Amino acid sequence: MHLVVCVKQVPDATEVKVDPVKGTLVRQGVPSIANPYDMHALEMALQLKDEHGAKITVLSMGPPQATDVIKRSISIGADDGRLLCDVAFAGSDTLATSYILSQAIKEIEKTDPVDIVFAGKMAIDGDTAQVGPGIATRLGYSLVTYCLGIDGIDTGRSVIKARRQLEGGCEVVEADLPVLITVVKEANEVRYASLPDLIKSIRSDVTVWNKEFFELDIPQCGLKGSPTQVKKIFPPPPKDVTPEIMNTGETGLDEIANTVAEAVSKAGIL
Amino acid sequence: MKKSVWIFIEQTDGKFNDVSWELLGKGRELATALDAELCGVLLGHKVIEMAEEPVYYGADKVFVIDDPLLEYYRTQPYAHGLVALVKEYKPEVFLMGATYLGRDLSGAVATHLKTGLTADCTVLNIDEETKLLHQTRPAFGGNIMATIYCASARPQMATVRPRVMSMPDRDASRKGQIIEAKLGLKETDISTRRVEFVCDPSTSFRIEDAQVIVAGGRGIGDGANFKLLKELADVLGGVVGASRAAVDAGWLDWSHQVGQTGHTVRPRLYISAGISGAIQHQVGMEGSDMIIAINKDPDASIFKIADYGIVGDALEIVPALTEAFRKMKGESG
Repeated sequence: MHLVVCVKQVPDATEVKVDPVKGTLVRQGVPSIANPYDMHALEMALQLKDEHGAKITVLSMGPPQATDVIKRSISIGADDGRLLCDVAFAGSDTLATSYILSQAIKEIEKTDPVDIVFAGKMAIDGDTAQVGPGIATRLGYSLVTYCLGIDGIDTGRSVIKARRQLEGGCEVVEADLPVLITVVKEANEVRYASLPDLIKSIRSDVTVWNKEFFELDIPQCGLKGSPTQVKKIFPPPPKDVTPEIMNTGETGLDEIANTVAEAVSKAGIL
Repeated sequence: MKKSVWIFIEQTDGKFNDVSWELLGKGRELATALDAELCGVLLGHKVIEMAEEPVYYGADKVFVIDDPLLEYYRTQPYAHGLVALVKEYKPEVFLMGATYLGRDLSGAVATHLKTGLTADCTVLNIDEETKLLHQTRPAFGGNIMATIYCASARPQMATVRPRVMSMPDRDASRKGQIIEAKLGLKETDISTRRVEFVCDPSTSFRIEDAQVIVAGGRGIGDGANFKLLKELADVLGGVVGASRAAVDAGWLDWSHQVGQTGHTVRPRLYISAGISGAIQHQVGMEGSDMIIAINKDPDASIFKIADYGIVGDALEIVPALTEAFRKMKGESG
């Protein structure tokens, strides 16, 4: 089996702020991490490899330093990695991103056919959850989103059985291969690298592909290939209320409680 | 052809998802600004008899595809049906709920149509000058807001989470046009099949449906103290919620989590205890009708969005509130 896992390098979302004067993102000093959902996707692939034997290729798109997330993936058991890196890819929205990734997967398939593509449910910087379904649609693969686990692979019939997390329960589905699977956090615990594997991975060479290495229609990439544009970014606006603040150091507990209870009652909520 | 604004009408097993009505409410505003008609799109099996319902919430027209292959949701046949309708009728704007289903479907549909899609919008409006849909959403975990537009590709697609837009009134006297279309697929064209659906009651708790929420955060100190919050919630006929910190600490499970990575709620009353109110939490509850915040720190950001703020120890204040509400209910009933 050949498994491809899409991994994105993201800024640690909790530390990104807007410069209130310039209206631009302040990313300086913000650490980059591997998108946590993608690591759960990798773990799901690694468990398949442990059980059935498989080759795992990690695929990422981003700046040169995104090789870090590929090396991290190799440190816990991925076999190989490709970083898609070119200025022509910069500014891609989800439509352009899914185009570039799907073209790279087509190139990988030429020498080594792919059975399953894994991705995280979403990335924590954009929170869109659009790239997975986008890649599946472009490649004509089956799509299994919000996957909690794979229950079986029938290589004879070329189908997998998987569990999906949904509102109100869990759906068990059968999907023809090849399939794209997006993975939720609840699926598994991501393993740690052993020290020797960690050291080996740091020394490993990551193949970098620029736009010349695979077939691409450049107008579909980057800013030019992105139908959505950002008009502006701004810090979240404060709510327009004048709160009534009471302090237990100044006002009695009963008085505060009664004031609040009356206000709630007056608003017709009870 | 008159311009149109489309809303995907989400149903599961013949039960509508309320987000569809919330989107029809917002869709009406957008349609007015564009001088366009408002249309619902309903896909499923045996849904034709339910097709008037979107009209009652504001749709001028409802497009329906009723086919056994659409009995339960699958990406391929649903996307196939929607894409064919969009190509024929060319809507300007197409909105879906940011539900499990809507997020899966919208990504596939937008990719087929090679158009722009903006997820989890909290504000949608038509720019007066350009007549483009301005789509505002939180990004980077809610630390920033971004306004996005789609200049030339059509339709302009966006998803909105449940409870972000307000619910319009239902008017069963409204009249509209129902337009049926064919799916034109066979089972063998579809590469996924449902084996079974296992109901899990623990995941069917929906905090979004609660009218009153009493939520606790790190500041209540210990998971056991949620008992006090539960008592207050019980008196008010509500449920308990939690901040991300409280869920990460294992005090309550994720189904109770309010905020960017949890659930977006719009109850009539939201009481927070020991929650400082990081922006990630605020985006999930700021639409509440009334907010009462309790926190030890007078500078906690939750106080900026509260209607009533109480500075002090939540473990003292919450029982006092429970008692005050209990007394008040005793007097009135």
